[in-house]
Amino acid sequence: MSMIDRIVGGLRPPAPGSTAGNGHLAADAGLIVDASEMTARRTTPWMAVQTARNITRPHALEVIAGAFERFQELHGDRSFRDDPAIVGGIAELDGRPVVVVGQQKGASTEENIQRNFGMPHPEGYRKAIRLYRVAEKFHLPLVTLVDTPGAYPGPEGEERGQAESIASAIRALTTLATPIVVVVLGEGGSGGALALGVGDIVLALENSIYSVISPEGAAAILFRSATEAERAAQAMRLAAPDLLELGVVDALIPEPAGGAHTDHDATTRAIKTALVAQLDRLARVPVADLLSTRYERFRAFGTILEPPNEAPAPRRPWWARGSVRDLFLRMRI
Amino acid sequence: MRLRNPFGRRPKEFPSHLWTQCPSCGEMLFNKQLARNLNVCTKCGHHFKLGAKERVEILADPRSFRETDADLSSTDPLGFVDSKPYPERIAAAQAKTGRRDAVITGDAALAGIPVVLAVMDFEFMGGSMGGVVGEKVTRAAERALAERKPLVIVAASGGARMQEGTIALMQMAKTIGAIARLDAAGIPFVTVLTDPTTGGVLASFASLGDIVLAEPGALIGFSGARVTSETIGEKLPTGFQRAEFLLEHGFVDQVVPRDQLKERIGFFLNAFRVAGQDLRWSL
Ligand SMILES: [Zn+2]
Repeated sequence: MSMIDRIVGGLRPPAPGSTAGNGHLAADAGLIVDASEMTARRTTPWMAVQTARNITRPHALEVIAGAFERFQELHGDRSFRDDPAIVGGIAELDGRPVVVVGQQKGASTEENIQRNFGMPHPEGYRKAIRLYRVAEKFHLPLVTLVDTPGAYPGPEGEERGQAESIASAIRALTTLATPIVVVVLGEGGSGGALALGVGDIVLALENSIYSVISPEGAAAILFRSATEAERAAQAMRLAAPDLLELGVVDALIPEPAGGAHTDHDATTRAIKTALVAQLDRLARVPVADLLSTRYERFRAFGTILEPPNEAPAPRRPWWARGSVRDLFLRMRI
Repeated sequence: MRLRNPFGRRPKEFPSHLWTQCPSCGEMLFNKQLARNLNVCTKCGHHFKLGAKERVEILADPRSFRETDADLSSTDPLGFVDSKPYPERIAAAQAKTGRRDAVITGDAALAGIPVVLAVMDFEFMGGSMGGVVGEKVTRAAERALAERKPLVIVAASGGARMQEGTIALMQMAKTIGAIARLDAAGIPFVTVLTDPTTGGVLASFASLGDIVLAEPGALIGFSGARVTSETIGEKLPTGFQRAEFLLEHGFVDQVVPRDQLKERIGFFLNAFRVAGQDLRWSL
């Protein structure tokens, strides 16, 4: 491996408006920006999965009610129906208007059935795109709240273009000309989460998770057994401190001792403090700079080995060059 | 492949290195003839998978293809171990395919039009997208933007590469970011969905072509059919998640037989050039 001269990625560009690293994030709002700070607080990955999925954890609407004021929900994708697994609308954050969009899980089995366990259908993502556009049009910052096991994998989703709706939502966020702050509240399940997950700053609650596939799904594929989910969770590095280390999230929002579910008020207060500080900062950055930094933030993911460029091959003599050789070959026929 | 015998002849007459049975019509096909017919059944038109190299050959004009970024290979960002360590899996896939990762990219002429071409290789870890696929697709899109050439991507993938975890997931945002810049610059982007195109690749750049074409019978879907089937607890209808299903539901523009693909892509690229009036990419 000594001939490798370049390793792409793993190096996060500084957040917009910052001068160096993410130190300012911590100074702003009591955030955790260094994974080593988490060493003493870490649980096992499987515990993290359980905590992130805890049904009594604060979910999107509760966070909106606690951290924002005067929320007015907006409904529907203007095409098919209103997806209850995605909520969103206009609210005020510390007195200033914002657009907020989140995935909504239920706090009971009954509510979970109504919310489809936080698994959006394509029309949910199309509603989200519509609200993203509202934010852009009226120069309002966008806050997204990620909390989903994943996009709904049923046949209706396939019929209505689950993949296309997710791709389009991601595309909308990558170029949305307004500040975006993402908060992972609990479960960040795959592409269905990423459809709300592209922003200028990505924060996560201390006990949240984010993964490319559920640990159960990974276990079924890798170990041919869903009961190996614990082992898969270990291998996938899906817990918040891992995500901080990998640069998938920029900072963690500390939860009350015992987890967010033990004190909803303290949790929403911490979220509010973090959001206000980040949006204050992002609001001072020109939109063009936000967009280029957002591009570079996601552009940087991936660790790749690339050997040094070799010297160009020596020029072939004229009679061996492609065009001349072909001429000869053709003449022979 | 196990040989079934439709005409009462004994299986030993069809050694598998010489013959392949069509899963659609049962016809025994002579391998050389199958390859000559672009891996399409001569009797019923069933489209077998086609290797990435062969795919480049049927799309790029003769001798026009110049591969780029062929040397990029993956590291192991998570230190991932399942039944064996991820670096061993990569090494095995590299040995099997002779390629560094699951996509070939390069510059080519397609029906006389200079394009940037990316062809995914299902043989390499199921065409899964990790950092290398994401980087090469992104570089292809960035080169298409810089040189104002259309981008053509042939997708074949099981989705994001699990062994790279959220880093693989982030490739969806990374590639889409580059595609969005093409979109804003008015540069044509055509995707061809081949068997199979699923998961994180379908849910990122593959679905976002100005024109989305698919090969007949290709499996195309967000979730694995097994997951979907388990979710609803019943068997799925025949044809579910096939190219024709997506055409019917409005998510691909056309289902195009393999032997017509090049001509069709060329037609669209030419039309976009004319419609621009101002020759928006240099030829
Ligand atoms: Zn056949």
